[in-house]
Amino acid sequence: MKAAVIVFPASNCDRDAKTALTEMTGKSPAMIWHQDSELPDVDLVVIPGGFSYGDYLRCGAMASQSPVMRAVKAHADMGGAVLGICNGFQVLTESHLLPGALMRNAGLKFVCKPVTLRVEETQSAFTSGYDNGQSVMFPVAHGEGNYYADDATLDRLEGEGRVVFRYTANPNGSARDIAGILSEKRNVLGMMPHPERVVDGATGGTDGRKLFQSLIETLS
Amino acid sequence: MKARVFVTLKNDVLDPQGKAIGHALNGLGFGQVDEVRQGKLIELEIAGSDADKAKVAIKEMCEKLLANTVIEKYEIELKP
Repeated sequence: MKAAVIVFPASNCDRDAKTALTEMTGKSPAMIWHQDSELPDVDLVVIPGGFSYGDYLRCGAMASQSPVMRAVKAHADMGGAVLGICNGFQVLTESHLLPGALMRNAGLKFVCKPVTLRVEETQSAFTSGYDNGQSVMFPVAHGEGNYYADDATLDRLEGEGRVVFRYTANPNGSARDIAGILSEKRNVLGMMPHPERVVDGATGGTDGRKLFQSLIETLS
Repeated sequence: MKARVFVTLKNDVLDPQGKAIGHALNGLGFGQVDEVRQGKLIELEIAGSDADKAKVAIKEMCEKLLANTVIEKYEIELKP
């Protein structure tokens, strides 16, 4: 599997994503600067966590207008896989590649801790290696992870099996405990928790390995 | 021409910051405050003097960037 990681000014999980991808795939991903308007030939694009453009205006709003996002949209339109983690999820909603929006945490505080998620959907390239209903522990680190969409959109996401991860103890007020969702074509996943931070047992866990393993098996 | 754009959360979207401000005001003794909604004010300096044209352009700016219309609404105020 060939992967690329998008790098915005003030991305700060780009190197975590690179380390995780290198560990899992055996090769270093392409690191793509936000001003590049073309992507190399890759199977997976990762939009990493961080504070792209200083979170100016709204989290992910400025990043969604960057030249590289036009290329990411084209990649997604062609059916290419896109994984947006944390700020990457915010960028994906601001870019309308995923529905809804991520608002300020209901408790108004930045939440930084390991959380337990339930894998709700294994019919995706990202989660085929997990068991349905399985509990996994991923860390979260965000101030704006409170997922919002209107009821009709939420019903549709649930009805179409597009809610992939749910919090077992909601840390941020997210509608229906949603932690991660798929696009209509199921090739774009946005999630607030960080699977790339749980790839090496030395740094807190290995529950994220299966997400990358699933992608490798599906996309290679 | 100057324009002011007010961006606020839609009425049916919970505003935890507004709630916290309301609690703080009640705590300061302003018991008459029932509900607080907060938002952003964006000031624009626009070239030209055609107000209608400016309003159309600013509306487009709001839809494309200044507001996230999934959760936010906006009001435009023009000052010649």
